[in-house]
Amino acid sequence: MGKLVVDAVTKAFGKQSVLKNVSLTVDEGEFVSVLGPSGSGKSTLFHVIGGLIEPDDGHIYLDGLQVTGQKGVISYMPQSHALFPWRTVWHNVLLGAEIHGTPDETAARAMIAKAGLSEYEQAYPHELSGGMKQRVAFIRSLLSPQSLICLDEPFSALDELTRLDMQLWLLSIWQTDRRSILFVTHNIEEAILLSDRVVVLSDKPAAVKAEFTIPFERPRRREMLLTDTCLALKKQIYKELGDADDQTTH
Amino acid sequence: MLGSWQKAVKPGIVLIVLLLLWELASRAFAIPAWLLPAPLQIIETGLTGWADYGHHVSSTVQLTITGFLIGTTIGLGVATGLHLIPSLREAVYPLLILSQNIPIIVLAPLLVIWFGFGMLPKLIVIALVCFFPITVSALEGFRETDRDLKHYMAMAGATKRQMFFKLEWPNAWPYIFSGLKISATYSVMGAVISEWLGAQKGIGVYMTLASSSFRTDRVFVAIALVMMLSLLFFGLIVLIEKHVVKWKREERD
Repeated sequence: MGKLVVDAVTKAFGKQSVLKNVSLTVDEGEFVSVLGPSGSGKSTLFHVIGGLIEPDDGHIYLDGLQVTGQKGVISYMPQSHALFPWRTVWHNVLLGAEIHGTPDETAARAMIAKAGLSEYEQAYPHELSGGMKQRVAFIRSLLSPQSLICLDEPFSALDELTRLDMQLWLLSIWQTDRRSILFVTHNIEEAILLSDRVVVLSDKPAAVKAEFTIPFERPRRREMLLTDTCLALKKQIYKELGDADDQTTH
Repeated sequence: MLGSWQKAVKPGIVLIVLLLLWELASRAFAIPAWLLPAPLQIIETGLTGWADYGHHVSSTVQLTITGFLIGTTIGLGVATGLHLIPSLREAVYPLLILSQNIPIIVLAPLLVIWFGFGMLPKLIVIALVCFFPITVSALEGFRETDRDLKHYMAMAGATKRQMFFKLEWPNAWPYIFSGLKISATYSVMGAVISEWLGAQKGIGVYMTLASSSFRTDRVFVAIALVMMLSLLFFGLIVLIEKHVVKWKREERD
């Protein structure tokens, strides 16, 4: 469960073409990153997959079924944590599941404990740090019943050190609950560290420019980023992103 | 809490100085009590006259609370309806604003003609002054929903119903409470106006009786009572608000 196929999706807003013939797949239990410059239509791609935007052309399939324009088929974690300020951590975590039925409280409790947030179950979002909010948001998407999780630059608002912690934390949680993940980022290192495959998008309109398979073993470690293989890979990806991209290492 | 007490010190001093000046002036110029009674005399009437006005106060309180609850319920109902049916909102909302330009004091005699001197016209007056601030603030609360949260709900596949009850409704609570605070103070005023129309009991009646018999000190007592009741209702709403929208208050800190 959780095989996503994006088949030749094209979308334009008025005269501006945003997505051009974008095709990609996420296999069951696979972690795929979509890498592209900021504002390159990554979010639009997500909205198409999430059913908020109808593509002009092309289709979305999930587990072989056509889900183009259908909402609620993916679990979603936005760039801003989008936690509900009037809900405690506990009730926030259950929200995604609530929308589709009765939440599994035992699973939720276990997940919160695994994330080290047990003490904060009754806390409100404003009482948490940035990293903790993202954790809660990720647990919420894990507890949602959908088999595919889409993460939209979830760590881009965090500082460098917290981000590294969060990346490794994400992997450790994912290791035990292997959902299919589509991860959008504009950070090359992040994409390499986390993914099985990296899809590079071009800038305006977004089209798939290249695809890289990341050769590193799992579980991933931070040191992998310092190996020659990684540096070579980084160089290659950097080149693909081209000069249209003002990519910095942040 | 300490901070709000400290804030009350300065206006408190000004108030005491004003009352003192008033007291001194009425003694120095020997102003007759039927024209302008001195503060001390008003306070004395207020303290010793409970037997005269006690039943009036309780009657007004009952009327106010009943009217307030009816007005609030209608206000929230109207806001919900207008929010969920946008075409209705477009058609009705401007008229609603227009209706607020009709002074209630003009409307009140009409209500007596239509509904007599019973409870009904009085409750209508209070409900009328209450419902508008609540409708407006609730509508704003429903609309001012965070875009990211809305977006999340849409991506998660929330139905319109879920969108309303899980997102827009809780989001509106702080807005609704600011409406409730305004309505609470209006409702006391509404009650007194409605009692002027003709009633057996109430602060409004007490006031009318006092002014027609030149018991000016009692008129001032009535004014003080209205002020205190309004403040009391306001404080009560603030207390409930602190309990209900805990997350918002702490967020501001």
